Amino acid sequence: MTPDLRRFELDGENGGTPDHDPVSAVLGVLGQAFGVVTEHAAPGSGARQRTWLDTFDWRLNRAGLVLEYEHARRGGRLLLSKDGIPQAEQPVSGWRSSRPCLAEDLPPGPVRDQIVRLASPRALLPMAAAAGMVSVTRLLNADGKTVARLIVDRSTVTRGDQAIRLPPRLTVAEVRGYPGQARRAARLLADTPGVFPVQQSTFLEALHAVGRHPDDYSGGVTAEITAQMPASVAVAILLLGLLDTLEQNVDGVLRDIDIEFLHDLRVAVRRTRSAIKLLGDVLPDGLAAPYAAEFKWLGDLTTPTRDLDVHLAGFDAMAAQLVAASPADLEPFRAFLVRRRAREFRRLAAGLRSARFRAITDHWRKALVEVRDAAGPATRRGITADDLAVAKTARMFRRVVAQGGAITPASAPESLHNLRKRCKELRYVLEFFAPLHDPVAYRKVLGDLKQLQDCLGEFQDSQVQREEIHVLADAMLAERAAPAATLLAMGEIVANLARSQAEARADFALRFARFAGPAGQQRFRALLARPYGPGLDRPNRS
Amino acid sequence: MKVYATYNIKGGVGKTTAAVNLAYLSAADGYRTLLWDLDPQGAASFLFRIKPRVKGGGKALIRGTKALDDAIKGTDFENLDLLPADFTYRNMDLLLGGADKKPTRKLAQLLRPLAAEYDNVFLDCPPSISLVSENVMHAADVLLVPLIPTTLSVRTLDQLTEFVAGFHGRQPEVRAFFSMVDRRKRLHQDITAKLLAERPGVAATPIPALSLIERMSVERAPVAAFAPRSQAARAFGALWAELRSDSPS
Repeated sequence: MTPDLRRFELDGENGGTPDHDPVSAVLGVLGQAFGVVTEHAAPGSGARQRTWLDTFDWRLNRAGLVLEYEHARRGGRLLLSKDGIPQAEQPVSGWRSSRPCLAEDLPPGPVRDQIVRLASPRALLPMAAAAGMVSVTRLLNADGKTVARLIVDRSTVTRGDQAIRLPPRLTVAEVRGYPGQARRAARLLADTPGVFPVQQSTFLEALHAVGRHPDDYSGGVTAEITAQMPASVAVAILLLGLLDTLEQNVDGVLRDIDIEFLHDLRVAVRRTRSAIKLLGDVLPDGLAAPYAAEFKWLGDLTTPTRDLDVHLAGFDAMAAQLVAASPADLEPFRAFLVRRRAREFRRLAAGLRSARFRAITDHWRKALVEVRDAAGPATRRGITADDLAVAKTARMFRRVVAQGGAITPASAPESLHNLRKRCKELRYVLEFFAPLHDPVAYRKVLGDLKQLQDCLGEFQDSQVQREEIHVLADAMLAERAAPAATLLAMGEIVANLARSQAEARADFALRFARFAGPAGQQRFRALLARPYGPGLDRPNRS
Repeated sequence: MKVYATYNIKGGVGKTTAAVNLAYLSAADGYRTLLWDLDPQGAASFLFRIKPRVKGGGKALIRGTKALDDAIKGTDFENLDLLPADFTYRNMDLLLGGADKKPTRKLAQLLRPLAAEYDNVFLDCPPSISLVSENVMHAADVLLVPLIPTTLSVRTLDQLTEFVAGFHGRQPEVRAFFSMVDRRKRLHQDITAKLLAERPGVAATPIPALSLIERMSVERAPVAAFAPRSQAARAFGALWAELRSDSPS
């Protein structure tokens, strides 16, 4: 019974005036070929209020999905579509779409089933909203039979105090068994002046009307740099991009919308610190050094809350692994984590609202903008962005190979922790200069590095979590909030973490060999190869 | 998918008006509904303003060269589709008789693929006792038998019930309802009361003889669509409510 739809819209300049309704003109054209009757109380007609939802980082959009909440007097419904084709719908009640809602907090239903893994742990946020009126007109043949329908959607979006009217949208809906008549109506519409085939969905139109576009946020490095750009300008652009990401996440952190805001903010801080450390020497003398300490302060400010977020996010999975103890034994631990997180979050929020934080971001931005906008060629040693990319990436790779190669089964855990830091720096340098590399070679190198990083991450995270659980257990005992059963269950978790860490340690040699062996070296050479010669052999001029 | 068939060996007893109105009410309740106008006279098709014509005729449908799906037309009403009549249906006995295997179950077989698309199917049958009617009885879950309250009609119902009871395996439920009831006639009152008391399969709601029901052919729409608050619309509404409460679709 699904009708075939044909969509048009009226010229944006032709939205209508009190004296002239362009839809009436369209109905006049159709009236020459069909009987035209307004269908009162037709399904889908009447007032319509819609809100489009996605995560802050557009996870649904990146998967090609559009999630729409259609308001109704009692409750409403969620509609999920892909490329305009409905995928699932479910009723929801008592949910205010204007407020963020964690994907996992959606009531059970087919829409939740399809999006929860994709969106979690992020919240669904209103990205655009439109209100309007839908009317349905029946198109009749000579027998008075309905052979097609014209659906007219007049929507308005609000931007601040301003109401922006979207071009009226006309849809010809086919009645089953009468495809020719729907085609005929569509042809008539297509030939009508001021009527155009729809170019984009109402969602995109609404989004553009409020000055946004899909993927206007990404947690990744998105700086637009070119190979021949002066290195200092490229680094300033990179750092400005990271500052944008940092600032875009502040509001979400302060409103405590979901834990990924803080995660992305921390990554932006970490990348900034690495960029200052590894690339800061191409900036004007003395510019970056004072900020290294300030960004360290910022990073440290965020660590306690993030650590507790990680514990709480993985809590159920951790509890599910218990064999000797019962998950219920861990509940006092969860309650303790929640209390402590609330306390740490207050400290974090105070820091992000402080004058110190504002001073860092404001002054940093001003300084970087000056470098970016500086006229003339390269300001320091005359090197280009590509020179810098090749030299720094090669140096970081050599450093990782040297440090990793020195690790033996007898090496202390500290050596793996240090290697992890070097790998992160290499990863950041790769990501900073990604636009300057061959995409295929870049993906291969990044794939190798990710595998090594996963192994090192598992090793270190397990160790850090074990140590934290010890500290937290002491704190619980000090607060008399630690029943014996809970401590025993925490002990079992520590044992599980120790096992994971041992597995990661055993896996290391193989992962490192893949990354740093002859094939891995070759992949790196291919990445850094430039017309002037193999990248690894190029003299370091930075 | 639940299949209802309005059937009576006699003509002019209200089969088509019942099929049209009950299918409309089923669709209005949100059930995805199909009405198949099996009567070559095409009255149900006419009432929905749909031309009584199927490309390739009944032969194409029965032999499967044209899928039932392709011949279906949307009505003016949400959730309600119609498979139109075709004059070649007058030869349907011959066509069904030519089926290779199980000629009495051909219609059931043709309907099976529609189960994913429809919740309720109504078959509006021509008045006869033939291979077509036997096919309808095998395809239907519920045989809706309109009865004008006369002695002969009761006899017909007895014959039909006996015939269905002779089926091996699955048997449709026989649900009679009084049709074209004239409360001014003593005979109608007596027979209605007697049958309701004696027969468990008879619906309590009678469909009265009303000029508004005859007016359907002028309005070319179900009564509930053009006169939703009329006595006729209420009667069909009550009958549908009885049928709907029998068992879920």
